[in-house]
Amino acid sequence: MAEAAALPAGRTTRLKIDSDGWIKRAFMGVIALYLVAALALPLYAMLSKSFVTYGFDLSRYEFQVSDESGTVWGDPVTAAALNEALGKFAPEDLRSSSDGRLSAPDLFPDFSFRSPVKYRIRGTSDNAPYLVGLDLQNSTEWRELDSNTFRRVNLRPVTTTGLQNYQEYFSNPVLFSSIENSLFIASVSTVLTVLFAFGFAYAINRSCMPFKGAFRLIAMMPILVPSLLPGIALIYMFGNQGFLKGLLFGQTIYGPLGIVIGSVFFTFPHALIIISTALSISDQRQYEAAESLRASKWRTFWTVTIPGARYGLISAAFVTFTLVITDFGLPKVIGGQYNVLAIDIYKQVIGQQNFEMGAVVSVVLLIPAIVAFIVDRQVQKKQVSLLSARSVPYQPKPNRRFDMTMLAWCATMGVFIAGIIAVCQFAALINYWPYDLSFSLRNYDFNRMDGGGWAAYWNSLELAALTAVIGTAIIFTGAYMVEKIDGFKTGRAVFQFLAMLPMAIPGMVLGLAYIFFFNNPANPFHFIYGTMAILVVSTVTHFYTVGHLTALTALKQIDAEFEPVATSLRQPFWRLFARVTVPVCLPAILDISIYMFVNAMTTVSAVVFLYSTHTALASVAVLNMDDAGDIAPAAAMGMMIFYTNATARILHAFASRRILSRTQAWRVR
Amino acid sequence: MSELQAEGAVATPAEPSYLKIEGLWKAFGDFIALREVSLDIARGEFICFLGPSGCGKTTLLRAIAGLDPQSRGTIRQGGRDISELPASQRDYGIVFQSYALFPNLTVERNIAFGLENTKRPKAEIAARVRELLALVGLPDQAKKYPAQLSGGQQQRIALARAIAINPGLLLLDEPLSALDAKVRVHLRHEIKELQRKLGVTTIMVTHDQEEALSMADRIVVMNHGVIEQIGTPTEIYRHPATLFVADFIGETNRIATTYSGGAVKLGDATLQTRETGLADGAAVTVAVRPEDVLPHAIGHEAGTKPNHLPVRIVDMEFLGSYWRTHLASAALGGTPLVANFSMNAVRRLGLSAGAEMTVELPAERVLVFPQGDTRGGAHG
Ligand SMILES: Nc1ncnc2c1ncn2[C@@H]1O[C@H](COP(=O)(O)OP(=O)(O)O)[C@@H](O)[C@H]1O
Ligand SMILES: [Mg+2]
Repeated sequence: MAEAAALPAGRTTRLKIDSDGWIKRAFMGVIALYLVAALALPLYAMLSKSFVTYGFDLSRYEFQVSDESGTVWGDPVTAAALNEALGKFAPEDLRSSSDGRLSAPDLFPDFSFRSPVKYRIRGTSDNAPYLVGLDLQNSTEWRELDSNTFRRVNLRPVTTTGLQNYQEYFSNPVLFSSIENSLFIASVSTVLTVLFAFGFAYAINRSCMPFKGAFRLIAMMPILVPSLLPGIALIYMFGNQGFLKGLLFGQTIYGPLGIVIGSVFFTFPHALIIISTALSISDQRQYEAAESLRASKWRTFWTVTIPGARYGLISAAFVTFTLVITDFGLPKVIGGQYNVLAIDIYKQVIGQQNFEMGAVVSVVLLIPAIVAFIVDRQVQKKQVSLLSARSVPYQPKPNRRFDMTMLAWCATMGVFIAGIIAVCQFAALINYWPYDLSFSLRNYDFNRMDGGGWAAYWNSLELAALTAVIGTAIIFTGAYMVEKIDGFKTGRAVFQFLAMLPMAIPGMVLGLAYIFFFNNPANPFHFIYGTMAILVVSTVTHFYTVGHLTALTALKQIDAEFEPVATSLRQPFWRLFARVTVPVCLPAILDISIYMFVNAMTTVSAVVFLYSTHTALASVAVLNMDDAGDIAPAAAMGMMIFYTNATARILHAFASRRILSRTQAWRVR
Repeated sequence: MSELQAEGAVATPAEPSYLKIEGLWKAFGDFIALREVSLDIARGEFICFLGPSGCGKTTLLRAIAGLDPQSRGTIRQGGRDISELPASQRDYGIVFQSYALFPNLTVERNIAFGLENTKRPKAEIAARVRELLALVGLPDQAKKYPAQLSGGQQQRIALARAIAINPGLLLLDEPLSALDAKVRVHLRHEIKELQRKLGVTTIMVTHDQEEALSMADRIVVMNHGVIEQIGTPTEIYRHPATLFVADFIGETNRIATTYSGGAVKLGDATLQTRETGLADGAAVTVAVRPEDVLPHAIGHEAGTKPNHLPVRIVDMEFLGSYWRTHLASAALGGTPLVANFSMNAVRRLGLSAGAEMTVELPAERVLVFPQGDTRGGAHG
């Protein structure tokens, strides 16, 4: 009997699915469908688009021309032969885009629309599209036309699938140099940001300097503004009419210098949070051990501090790198002629309407983002195991010289960050730089400028509120299904993968993918194109992952046995969800919603492709006003975003504190 | 019930059982966690699943609850085949080691959780909650939150919540393991008392033999996913079916030897044993519990009576109610024999370390198990 190593033959028992089970599956199905429609399909559409080339295939058309009487016809001749004889179109002239047209009469140098000569046209293959006026024809039957009608005959391009777009991209030195530029900017910014943030985090965690709370607050300010705002401040300080221009000794701020300084500004808080967490979990006992071994401070730093924080440093570096390389706002505002990948996507799509090439650049931009994402996930896993170790938190001891050095460092960073914001505020409030420095509110009169006016601000507010509410509901429910549903393993794994994916997708790429997917009239969701809905969908999707991870962390802390208990009490799962799970996770839910709100207010990258005239957004207005030369109003709009986010954060802190005090009774003994 | 008998091919003896488990298997991938588990539980019984950690007790309990279905086999409850029913359509209350009380709800809300959407009037629910609180001895804690109660109190609330809906079956998964020893002993009695009062069929999972022996009507001893023995506490203790059961429940002295003619030889001495049905010459392990080693007399009466053994006292350790005594005997070679002697016996016979004495191993207390098969003869 002991040898019976396997199950006896027979069917494996499966429980019948109750109504609860069906509801759960339906919920998860809906959210999974959301992620498929809002993420997987658009990305697929974009990827396939990058392999599509449009071109005129002249060998597919045949013509016949009559004499002046219109009765005697010459021999049929292909368009390719005509072109060869004429030498009219070189091969590169035959490349086209989806709505390219090639005028057929151009192949006939003698053509005159008044002549009595008649023309015949037909396709020689099944796919030989041409237009007669607005009528699309695609036939191997001859079609006879008088010259006045023939004037309005246009050949249409056919699609071929292949790597031509990529070949073209990599053989174009201007485009190719963007890769180098992007890598250069991202690397330099990453090294600087991680160094600066490490110093700052070290000061906050390891010194006894005063004003730690204030410095923490200041360091978080960049999160509240669009990434292009520092660009505007830098123009005021170091631009052509900048009041600190002399400090540059002839260097220009427009270009890599400006992008790097601005990038350090807007990535600083992200790196700081990660490194600070890593430093705060270090173990006091290790330091005591080092001290008892009489290791020098320097040696302790390299043998205890740095190894302890290494995962945090690596993670911060990759996060910073990704933020910089995928950022679009800053290079747009202060990049000058310096091309980077994100700008190329914008130029190809908005400037040249070359969507296929935009897709190619997007795929190129995806590579570093995905690599960074994978490395970061691996490192995060290791960090978590480090966190769970039982440790005694480090207690810094006062040391006047060290504390003052740290204070000096934090003050420098603080002045830099607060200074950038202050310059924007200053720019927004004065009349006309540099000629009239008197105080004025006219820059806030957005309705006088292009860019969307005050309506853009209200749109942004609406977007942020909708994103916060809808996004949080979707994300939290989705995370609940992944974490607390039993069985249905494959479905949950697929869902989890989809939920992690947005973190690896740069906003520009997502936005472009949305154009391909939603702007297709055959798509049943086409109707949301150009509405507020598509902005909400793209923003929720863009910021999905961080919210999902926050929700998962909170849900994992809840006893796994709540669900079985509720089931045994014959209660539907949604009652447990509403009465217990949501209330217990309320702090996390608030965190997710404020995160969604702030990001929806500041994001530019995805929505810049998707807004329409009546859904213009504040962050995009900053960009467009700056583009139009209205820099002061751009700064003013940027500050509006700042006030709004700061208010939202204060309200959030207030609400969190209230919830905590209300729930004090059941949280602690 | 009559339908059941009509469709059931096997004629059920006497009283049909309330919970009937037949041929249950459970696999986690390649790992078999339960193998061929069959079990009958009568209405109102208190059953303990007892076995070392990882032997499959929780897995069996979860299969009964429909939380993680068995791979093969059937489960019937109250005559109904529930093998494929989802948990929500089964009839049981459950209590976990972690209590799983909802932290944001007060004690009374926790208890009322299963009552609230049953269309009962509010006043009736409130009365029921009061009744349950009184039943578990915490009448004045209704407005508190779980975190404000001690572990023992929380477990009582979890129990009250589970029985609030009058389940036909109460499942307890190591309900006492997270508590201090003192609270645990106290709660044992309370749970047992409560179960008797309510008459609810109860299954409790535990790895603590003392708990099982003191609470259960019948114990199901499990090991490596198989049931080793089912029986009342005294049956299990007095007549362990396998060496594993003998070892796991209580203590044993184990001696390897051969069996012949209803007796085993230990050196010169012969021990008569229980009836075993084993063939002559079979290699066996003899097991004797320390309290079954009876002090007979001081000095040697070698070779006189069967089942008497001359020994020397190596050392004695006073453990409050008895003396734990290590004995050495030429008959056993180097194997020491452990005995528990009562205080009275030690005083009466004047036993002390170094003394020579004679002990008796009564035939009906000498357990014999065939060697090399830990599953023993009873189930083979
Ligand atoms: N979900 C699971 N997946 C794989 N193995 C499991 C799972 N649950 C339990 N097991 C294994 O099954 C065996 C029995 O587990 P369990 O029933 O929890 O034991 P216990 O008797 O301690 O309650 C253990 O070896 C455990 O590792
Ligand atoms: Mg268990």
